[in-house]
Amino acid sequence: MTPPGITPIPLRPDLAAVAAAVPEGARVLDIGCGDGQLLAWLRDTKGVEGRGIELDAGDVAAAVGRGLAVVQGDADTDLGDYADDAFDVVILSNTLQAMQRPAEVLAQLVRIGRSAVVSFPNFGHWRVRLSLALGGRMPVTRSLPVSWHETPNIHFCTIADFEALADQMRLTVQSRTGLAAGQPVTLWPNLLADTGVFVLSR
Amino acid sequence: MDTRFGLDRRVTLAGDFALAGGGVLPELTIAYETYGTLNANRSNAILVCHALTGDQYLASTHPITGKPGWWTRLVGPGKPVDPEHWFVICANVLGGCMGSTGPSSIDPRDGRAFAMRFPVITLSDMVAAQARLLDHLGIDCLAAVIGGSMGGMQALTWAVNHPARVKKVVAIATAARHSAQNIAFHEVGRQAIMADPNWAGGTYAPGKPPAAGLAVARMAAHITYLSEEGLTEKFGRRLQNRDTVSFGFDADFQVESYLRHQGLSFVERFDANSYLYITRAMDYFDLAEAHDGNLARAFAGVQARFCLVSFTSDWLYPTAESRRIVRALNAAGAPVSFVELESPFGHDAFLLDAPEMNRVVNGFLTA
Repeated sequence: MTPPGITPIPLRPDLAAVAAAVPEGARVLDIGCGDGQLLAWLRDTKGVEGRGIELDAGDVAAAVGRGLAVVQGDADTDLGDYADDAFDVVILSNTLQAMQRPAEVLAQLVRIGRSAVVSFPNFGHWRVRLSLALGGRMPVTRSLPVSWHETPNIHFCTIADFEALADQMRLTVQSRTGLAAGQPVTLWPNLLADTGVFVLSR
Repeated sequence: MDTRFGLDRRVTLAGDFALAGGGVLPELTIAYETYGTLNANRSNAILVCHALTGDQYLASTHPITGKPGWWTRLVGPGKPVDPEHWFVICANVLGGCMGSTGPSSIDPRDGRAFAMRFPVITLSDMVAAQARLLDHLGIDCLAAVIGGSMGGMQALTWAVNHPARVKKVVAIATAARHSAQNIAFHEVGRQAIMADPNWAGGTYAPGKPPAAGLAVARMAAHITYLSEEGLTEKFGRRLQNRDTVSFGFDADFQVESYLRHQGLSFVERFDANSYLYITRAMDYFDLAEAHDGNLARAFAGVQARFCLVSFTSDWLYPTAESRRIVRALNAAGAPVSFVELESPFGHDAFLLDAPEMNRVVNGFLTA
């Protein structure tokens, strides 16, 4: 917990939406945790016991430097090593679209965690649609800033697509939030939200 | 001034020291060094464990070679293990030849060197000896145990055998068992020593060691500490002090000359029988063995946090072995961090400049 008088660094809006879905004191696995910003925030403000998985060695070093337990690894191959229900919450923030086999990863998330928080860029956002429909080009937007040939994102989906996959996999959607520039949108999220945040369970 | 602390210390602990293999030593001498100051509540002690041919001269000048301590890149002022902050202990392992009880020690029961009468030892025995040293120093619990290679094996063993005495474990470029290939290379080294007529069943006089055999053992082992990429970069096919090959068996190539130098200089500072016993201890090492090969169960009772580091070009204890440890620790629910660092320098990378390793170790220790 953060000592009194110290204010933790504010989270990126999309991470804040993810963090909001994590209860106090939970055991949390953050897959694709980067330099550990979210995990450190959750530890310092919500007293969670956090672990992380991250592909990039430099990010792992930075996260370990924050005192986090982070393992360099690949969510596509390494999640099978974790026991059933090993965590209260498993987080996959802005990473699903870079997975080789997103459906398998989702199945692992809800196996390892009692609940899974998944955030992803919404490919149904109007800017994306506009870019394709009128410009005829793959979109480069705020939430998708890299050109198609350089992006690590190989499996884009819309909020509606994700909803359909969750349904097909018979996952329980505990909550769904659409974000536009970090703010929740309730009207037509598949059109107006740039990011989807889902809380899932088996 | 407490005479237990400081450079070049040595203590003999009376009484039988029972070994995992069934042997018993009538007394135990441990040569060690400490750096920094033990704080009032004795909570800042870090034990650094050395590798196969290392010793207690962790961060001070080696008395034989005159070289700086073997891990001054990690331990020292401004380094992650800073004696300004930590009380650092490094002891020559049981079976070693720099002052701790080993095959070249005198058996007090008959006044002769043990030589091959020395009982076969294990990594657990080395750790038990260090635990006896901590008792002597009045340290109940270590803030951390740190080691690379065989030192990492000791660090892991510490967490398993003495769970309440270790808070953090840093295990670098290491494994939880010796593989067939690891054993194979060690056997080459041992056979080279034992094939040297000077070895004489281990009863050689101090002035007439099996130098040729030990040098060959070191040459073979040294190759395993490097990488093909590193060797190619450092030596290629370059010739040593000549323009053309000699059509003979001189050290035509720089790499030959380098290995011969490594072998010869090693003989100056290391005892052949110690080499036999320590390599044997490493070969016997398998943390999972007592748990039907299930490494996760070996880690079931650990209380420490773990930090593992491997290097991309280390083929002696490759990343896969570190990952195996990480998986088992995860399965056992132990907090573990792991990173594989890019390096062309093979196994030896952990002893060289590795800023990212330092950053990880520093973060792990201070967190």
